[in-house]
Amino acid sequence: MTRVDRWLLPEGIEEVLPNQALQTERLRRRLLDFFHSWGYDLVIPPLVEFTESLLSGSGSDLNLLTFKLTDQLSGRMMGVRADITPQTARMDAHSLRRQGPNRLCYASTVLYTRPRSPLATRSPIQVGVELYGEASLAADQEVITLLVESLQQSGLEAFHLDLGHVGIFRCLEEILRLDANLRPELFQLLQAKSSDLSGWLEQHVTDPALGVILQELPELAGEPLAVLRRAENLFHDAPAELSLALDELRAVIERLQAQFPKVPLYLDLCELEGYHYHTGIVFAAYAGGIGQALARGGRYDYIGETFGRARPATGFGIDLKVLGTLNGAREPIRPGIYVPAAEDDPEQAGEIRRLRAAGERVVCGFPGQQPKFDELHCDRILVSLDGAFIIEPVGPDSLVSN
Amino acid sequence: MTAITIALTKGRILKETLPLLSSLGIEATEDMTTSRKLVFDTNRPNLRLLVLRGIDVPTYVQFGAADLGVSGKDTLMEHGGDGFYEPVNLGIAKCNLMTAGIVGKAPVTGRLRVATKYVNVARRFYAEQGRQADIIKLYGAMELAPIMSLADEIVDIVDTGNTLRANGLEPRQQIAAISSRLIVNKAAMKTKHSRIQPLVDQLKLSVTGIE
Repeated sequence: MTRVDRWLLPEGIEEVLPNQALQTERLRRRLLDFFHSWGYDLVIPPLVEFTESLLSGSGSDLNLLTFKLTDQLSGRMMGVRADITPQTARMDAHSLRRQGPNRLCYASTVLYTRPRSPLATRSPIQVGVELYGEASLAADQEVITLLVESLQQSGLEAFHLDLGHVGIFRCLEEILRLDANLRPELFQLLQAKSSDLSGWLEQHVTDPALGVILQELPELAGEPLAVLRRAENLFHDAPAELSLALDELRAVIERLQAQFPKVPLYLDLCELEGYHYHTGIVFAAYAGGIGQALARGGRYDYIGETFGRARPATGFGIDLKVLGTLNGAREPIRPGIYVPAAEDDPEQAGEIRRLRAAGERVVCGFPGQQPKFDELHCDRILVSLDGAFIIEPVGPDSLVSN
Repeated sequence: MTAITIALTKGRILKETLPLLSSLGIEATEDMTTSRKLVFDTNRPNLRLLVLRGIDVPTYVQFGAADLGVSGKDTLMEHGGDGFYEPVNLGIAKCNLMTAGIVGKAPVTGRLRVATKYVNVARRFYAEQGRQADIIKLYGAMELAPIMSLADEIVDIVDTGNTLRANGLEPRQQIAAISSRLIVNKAAMKTKHSRIQPLVDQLKLSVTGIE
């Protein structure tokens, strides 16, 4: 390694510098306070755990995303969390064992072995909620409403909400009974809404009714109520499970439209992101022309099964660093007051204490220092005039005599 | 009105894409085949066209720098195709992605050396065939590699096969039939649906009308 690139951080790993860090932290506090007001208990899951529990019931995607190391104490494999949801599921199943619904929230860094999309970070800060123990639609509604209100609370004005239902494809896949090697092919074709789908279906799907449904599935995307109407016609003679999924979506969508008439909704019955782990209604928020979802969530029942306690579950995670970069979510930061160095002066010390208690940022100078006000982030200065303290404005290039 | 950007692949694909766009009533404000510009306005408000090298089109669409793109299936297979939809087979710029070797030369047993610019496609293809292959990445003139004994076979797109024949090579196995596809950024499809979906539908209609 040469001197020139010694300071470089690994790809996809970044530091957060002063202004941005403050914004991000304020946002984190605001979100956690907001979750608290909804009855969600804050938990701090460990940074590493044994892979057996960390990766339980989550599919191979998460396994590949997880950094692993050997525990020198037990010789067992540990993983640095790439997702906090399985950790809270373990807490729900084992550590807490609450009988009724269990509402948890968290805000922590996760680490990926490789970025989820090109140029994306490998160490996002995941802020989210999980709601365990309630199988009814009311739980989905609560969590989706909480996501919308959280984003609004964070100051984000314009965002799109994307809805889907993984249960539909799961049901179709069950009826199809495809060979294990054909499953990923169909999955890929559907997820890409590929024009090669019809050829593939002709070759591999014999049931004509199923073929028609699968052929139409990628097209079932757009304005929610219109999509639902088309889907209801299409699923007319299909298994009741499909109609049930549509009924659930309709209930959620009608309620969202009534509650948040200004939030644009998009329904995609072919959206299979997170399919390996989700079981029901899934949702995501998009904003600011960012190519990736800013927040994602959905129902993932039975994940606790591997811990001996299967519980219905739903929740969401927000990428805090991404949310922090969106303009709407920024709040102005008030610059501070500079206090020139003074010999032991109890009156000045008292004044500084008073200002800090009043919520001001007060930065004390050192003897012989010429302050750089922009670096110190100060726009005012405390001066004593005839025994009284007054605060005067300063510009970034103002000079001060010490 | 939300702005829409379509990334096009320069060269043969561009020439065959423009009539398709014309059939939708979309015309660039200047001649795209002769101009040296890279960004073109069209007769439609807030609709721009980009002209890029083929391999860059999926990248632009994946990052959302362009909302839609026209790209060869060969490029998409090599790119891996994550982050975008591929809803329309435009049926233009048809050719084949094939392996080729020197005419009459006995096939190599054991480890094979393959020269190609489609590194990922080649690796996947030979693995599926149960053959171990060392892949050599080249950027052009694949045909030269077997002649100069740099490689045993090449993987490349074959249109008429004239270039192969002129260099004493023969096509061997077909990896895939290639044509150009419309690709759409996933987030753009969701957030600009009311503008993008009609374009997709019209193109679909226009393509099926031609065939």
